Amino acid sequence: MINARLYLMQRLTAIAMLPLIITHLVVMIYAINGGLSAEEILGRTQGSIGWAVFYGSFVLFAAIHGAIGFRTILYEWFVPNITVCSVASIALLVILSGLGLRAVYAVTWL
Amino acid sequence: MNSNAKTLTVTVDRFDGDTHYQTTHEVPTRDNQTVLDVVTWIQQHDDPTLAYRFACRVGMCGSCAMNVNGEPKWSCRTHVSKVVSGDASLSIAPLRNMPVLRDLSVDMSEFFDKWTQAVGYFVPTKTKDDPLSEITSDDRARAKANQSIECINCGICYSACDVVAANDAYLGPAALNRAWTLMNDERDGARQTRLDAVSGDAGCHNCHSQHGCSTYCPNLLAPASSIAGLKRQTLMNLLPWGPSDD
Amino acid sequence: MMKHRSHPLWKAFLLHRISGLALALFLPIHFVILGLALEGASALNTALAFSDLPFVKAAEVGLILLLAIHLLGGIRILILELTHLSWDQQMLSRSAFGLSAIIATIFLWSAL
Repeated sequence: MINARLYLMQRLTAIAMLPLIITHLVVMIYAINGGLSAEEILGRTQGSIGWAVFYGSFVLFAAIHGAIGFRTILYEWFVPNITVCSVASIALLVILSGLGLRAVYAVTWL
Repeated sequence: MNSNAKTLTVTVDRFDGDTHYQTTHEVPTRDNQTVLDVVTWIQQHDDPTLAYRFACRVGMCGSCAMNVNGEPKWSCRTHVSKVVSGDASLSIAPLRNMPVLRDLSVDMSEFFDKWTQAVGYFVPTKTKDDPLSEITSDDRARAKANQSIECINCGICYSACDVVAANDAYLGPAALNRAWTLMNDERDGARQTRLDAVSGDAGCHNCHSQHGCSTYCPNLLAPASSIAGLKRQTLMNLLPWGPSDD
Repeated sequence: MMKHRSHPLWKAFLLHRISGLALALFLPIHFVILGLALEGASALNTALAFSDLPFVKAAEVGLILLLAIHLLGGIRILILELTHLSWDQQMLSRSAFGLSAIIATIFLWSAL
């Protein structure tokens, strides 16, 4: 099902996401205080190249990591056909990275 | 015979080549009775058609493994008193993940074929004319191999593994564990071939570290750790800067 | 017949898989909501107003819990598979779960 290269990509994206997730968790705990508002979120992210790079890479790592994991789960639990699972996995990769980068663009440049 | 005539209710999963069914037997309890004793009693006193395998009776040959109350065990060294408490009954079934031939006997050919696919055999680099390799007992690689040798090929880890259950091609813990011992044998000459063999779609990277193998190995080996070792070696082998040494 | 799954590390595997799957399925919704900023701050605010509903808040706490479980469980797996540290995996997986619960609690406390 999964080979050494896919495994390596999944583990490398996992390692790359460790500091990103920890930061994200801290920001979430801080941001939820007093409720969520668009002004607060956009005030942080708009025009910030730093946050755009942070969330942009986060989106891509998460999309790759999630797509590989989804492929394995789909195969082992639902559809034991490697071709079907790979196509579905690539679809998830496209959806996650597409919607994710769109969201990063939305909160950064508008 | 022990003094009281207590019996144990035993349910056995049966297969006659066409249909699966269950039989129930009342087996007299004895002191220090093993599950293999129970199965043997059933075959000798209750139902001579019951098919099962055993040979050594002392935990060396690896032929008597079966599912005991839902857990894979070597029946010869599993005491009934350890798996049955109070008046509970005993359920016996063949190992999982291998086709049942008859009753408690499973077809292990694929299990053994996968050892070959994983290059789970020694590839010599020297001839009889060369001097013997000197491997001291404190050698680092030898110490790592030490944790993985003494496998008796019983199939318990293979039966306990849910990745094997979900993926027919997966080489499984026993074959990969064997591959790991050979990767730590400095006399072996098939390192790259073996790393390639365990890096494919059926290879070590499919393992989810569920630890069913290490939990149930009757010889207390840790195939899950061996597989983790293979993962490290194969990754180092993939990385451009990585030496192929673990 | 599923008794072979009744050990802690199998449960840790299941928790890791379920949390990962749930996060992957949640992410598109997360991204679509943030993408509403394309239509201006007020569109995003309308969507964010739902986060004051108690069950949405509970779901958010759940998501933080899933993220923490997947993060810390993932660190455990990386330690097991990629390092030579032979730490007790059962202890690590229990600690990871406990710490995840603490993180989710801190988030809940901050949200209230």
